[in-house]
Amino acid sequence: MKTKISSFIQIRVILLAVIGIFMLFPFVWMLATSFKQGADVYNLSIFPQNPSLANYKRLLSRSIFPWWFMNSIIVGFSVTASVLFFDSLVGFALSKYNFRGKKVVFLMILSTMMIPTEMLVIPWYLMANNLHWVDTYWGVMFPGMMSGFGTFLMRQFFMGIPDDLLDAGRIDGLNEFRIWWKIGMPLVRPALSALAIFSFIGNWNAFMWPLIVSNKVKMFTLPVGLSFFNGEFQSQWEMVMTGASVATIPVFIIFLLFQRQIIQGIALTGVKG
Amino acid sequence: MMKNGGRILLLVLVLSMFMTGFLFAQGGKEEAAGESEVTEIVYWQYFYETKEQTVSKLIEMFEAENPDIKVVQQTFPYEQYNTKVASSVPSGEGANIINLYYGWLPTYIDSGYLQPLPESKFSNEFIESEFFPLVGAAKFDGSYYALPTAVRSLALFWNKKLFAEAGLDPEVPPSTVEELVAFAKQLTETDKSGNYLQTGMTQELRAQLHHWVREVLIRQFGGTPYNEDGTQVTYNSQAGYDAFDFFVKLNTEENIGMPNFMTDDVTAFKSQMMGMTIDGSFRLGTFDALEELDYGVTELPSMNGERYNFASFWANGITSFTTGKELEASVKFLDYLTSETAMSMWLENVGELPAKKALAMKDEFKNNPKYGPFIRGLEYANATKFIDETAQRMVWIDAYDEVLLNGMSIKDAVDQAAATEQAVLDKYYSGK
Amino acid sequence: MIQESASRRSLERTKRIWAYLFLIVPVIFYVSIRFYPTLQAFFLSLTNWDIVSKDKEFIGLTNYRNLFKDEVFWKTLGNTGKYVIYGLPTSLLLGFIIAYNIDRVKRGSEIFKAVYFIPYITSMVAIAWVWRWLYQPAPIGVFNKILIAVGLPQQKFLFSQTQAIFSILATTIWADVGFQMIIFLAGIKQISRQYYEAAEIDGANNRNLLFRITLPLLKPTIVFLIVTGTIRYLRIFTQVLNMTYQGEGGPLNSTKPLVLYIYRSAFQQFDMGYAAAMTVILFLIILAITLVQLRVMRSED
Repeated sequence: MKTKISSFIQIRVILLAVIGIFMLFPFVWMLATSFKQGADVYNLSIFPQNPSLANYKRLLSRSIFPWWFMNSIIVGFSVTASVLFFDSLVGFALSKYNFRGKKVVFLMILSTMMIPTEMLVIPWYLMANNLHWVDTYWGVMFPGMMSGFGTFLMRQFFMGIPDDLLDAGRIDGLNEFRIWWKIGMPLVRPALSALAIFSFIGNWNAFMWPLIVSNKVKMFTLPVGLSFFNGEFQSQWEMVMTGASVATIPVFIIFLLFQRQIIQGIALTGVKG
Repeated sequence: MMKNGGRILLLVLVLSMFMTGFLFAQGGKEEAAGESEVTEIVYWQYFYETKEQTVSKLIEMFEAENPDIKVVQQTFPYEQYNTKVASSVPSGEGANIINLYYGWLPTYIDSGYLQPLPESKFSNEFIESEFFPLVGAAKFDGSYYALPTAVRSLALFWNKKLFAEAGLDPEVPPSTVEELVAFAKQLTETDKSGNYLQTGMTQELRAQLHHWVREVLIRQFGGTPYNEDGTQVTYNSQAGYDAFDFFVKLNTEENIGMPNFMTDDVTAFKSQMMGMTIDGSFRLGTFDALEELDYGVTELPSMNGERYNFASFWANGITSFTTGKELEASVKFLDYLTSETAMSMWLENVGELPAKKALAMKDEFKNNPKYGPFIRGLEYANATKFIDETAQRMVWIDAYDEVLLNGMSIKDAVDQAAATEQAVLDKYYSGK
Repeated sequence: MIQESASRRSLERTKRIWAYLFLIVPVIFYVSIRFYPTLQAFFLSLTNWDIVSKDKEFIGLTNYRNLFKDEVFWKTLGNTGKYVIYGLPTSLLLGFIIAYNIDRVKRGSEIFKAVYFIPYITSMVAIAWVWRWLYQPAPIGVFNKILIAVGLPQQKFLFSQTQAIFSILATTIWADVGFQMIIFLAGIKQISRQYYEAAEIDGANNRNLLFRITLPLLKPTIVFLIVTGTIRYLRIFTQVLNMTYQGEGGPLNSTKPLVLYIYRSAFQQFDMGYAAAMTVILFLIILAITLVQLRVMRSED
């Protein structure tokens, strides 16, 4: 019986590994292309014939590149922090209190996920222009400071927290804000971690709005800057791949930092309708 | 642990709020610093490495001559450039001088985004005597709204190494359409199940070949693509059917290539798997960068002794909210951008042809082995009066797909294309 | 008694006041940054605004009337439906299978998690490029090279009206599976061991455990993924823009989703009014689906 199970697990591991290679293949190809030069770029092989760091050197030598990188980091972290704070606050209010208009507010927030960003870009731009937010970080960030997805997610998770825990805090004389902050928030840390990852990825890759709201090249975020290599007539694919490879690193680090927490934490609370 | 998490979160939050506020305030400061004796004007174009560099150099030279003017160049990704420009229009702010594709001009001029170029500096007589006639595409209701530094036309590129391998003389390119097909056949190689290993010539409608069909082949087959003022589609004629039939058969009957071979024609030509391609002078730089690629350039092949070509350009206009000192400065800079100095630099660094006829026709340019064929092509070139180039290009791509994928007849496909394109034109001209 | 209920009432009132306090800033944010622009878009659907003109002429329901006559609109609506109907269940199923198996791997599950999540965090533009290459005809397309090697005819993939949409879907699912997997894993981890132990004592086999315990207890997770997944697949856009000819959703519009058509109408044809009308339709569709799904979700509770 035991040997049967372990051999079964090994088949599972082999299967996962084989599919995993398939999952990794395009990613590895992207990395490989970033080390290729000239005609080699259009050569199929995974292994570059003359691997070279020239593309990376070229990318990093563009004096403006560190700016793009930093802008993306600033925007990514600020927006994520704001999303974590406000979405969990709203999610808490929508799951743990009864008040008039609760359903309306919830549906209203949910419905913000249903409009393509492309349609909101022009009203936002007019707003940003009137308030002199063009070419500022705030201009890039303001539309994303709160999100329907995050609020929905946090609401679901707060629903899984027993009310008794919160009542215990009330007996201790904590006000509701502190109950949310001291009791509610630590219990949903896994969900916060998941939200942090998804929110960071979303903002890190955001393209359309940062493009519209920035005129100065110094204010571009990474995806906007990298799309310069996607040029007229033909794209410099090796540069696009190099840029994409560099851009993936911070996201991957964020993922590694938070992934353990997601799994552990949800075991405590869980997703409930 | 829990306490720590909370504190870290709070810290990040406070920090980011601070940072936001700080940078926000900075943005304001920079704006305030801009007010001084110097007039600042903003120039917009899309990003193309050599173009950006050339304009930067020109700005440097211009500012040295005009110390009271500061020109700020801002560039945006090519694919989203039009989106970016359009989104900035409703705000009434943005660039003072802007580089636009000539096919977009109608929309922007109609909306009042551009102002006519001042007669005092750029009179119609001056423009029409100095520039190539195709610049007339920037003339609306009797006034010019934009001027190019450079123009573009098409030519045939051939790979000398592949010519030699196929038993062709590497120094003799095809000069007629019949030769083009015959040479391409010799250049084509397939495996035993008929899969291409190497193709004879490009079939890429989505790149430059829709221009070739529209402005070259249709005329060579004895038709015209549009009526005189460009308001009516006229290629739904026998000449149109013949031209498209000829083009489709390059793939289906002559078997000398197919679209998407090696993803696109530039890649195929670069990797030396396609014998001939049709492209613009801007491509010279791309191909020259590859040491192993030995190629030649010649004029587009003729048919029954007739030659045609397609020309296009990006032109610089002045936005209508530019007034007073800014307008003065913008006119000066535009004059500089369209000077012979700028044009010569442009040809050398970007590879696009001078827009002024006398300059382009100088012997050193006209007989240049690489630029020469393009410049000579300008003499018999037409510029399509595009309203919406992407839509008008899709019309041909769709017609091609209808024939190949749905088995539609050539006549029906061309008629359908004509009807769709006419609808695009009607929508624009009826709104005027 | 009276005192107690009075104090409870006052507690409820305090809680309500706090709830309003919590919501005041977010509601102001949503109303000004999200709703006001959305209402503007709805208003634009009744005009013929072209972005660059100053005037917006009111033309009533003309845009909507034109929509119903527009073949491309119906085509894109159908395509969008296909993306959801074929794409979402497949990616949910794969996401679950992978999560279920990774959960049962004793060692190295962290590595598998990272491997399967990598596509999700990679830039869509880069992904689209690589996949476009995989789908090319020989001599560079890997898939076609394999087909030729085993003696099968080449396939058109992205250049076929029937295969293109599925080719794009394959890429989408490939990138999306990691997202589904992470949330499924979280859901699976939350199921208490006790349920399994009790069932094992009753002599249940693996299959019984899966269908009697794991899946039913995962229902809330599944419904959550379905609601957000439906919205995500209904708004599919970037991959089509980057994988098709000129980003046009071809051949012959066979892969064009509604959001791409909206984007093209707004920023290429500058037909903002028409694009706004399509946005309203898309909004109503998503809203209706979400409401139904939320209702189902509640009844499952």
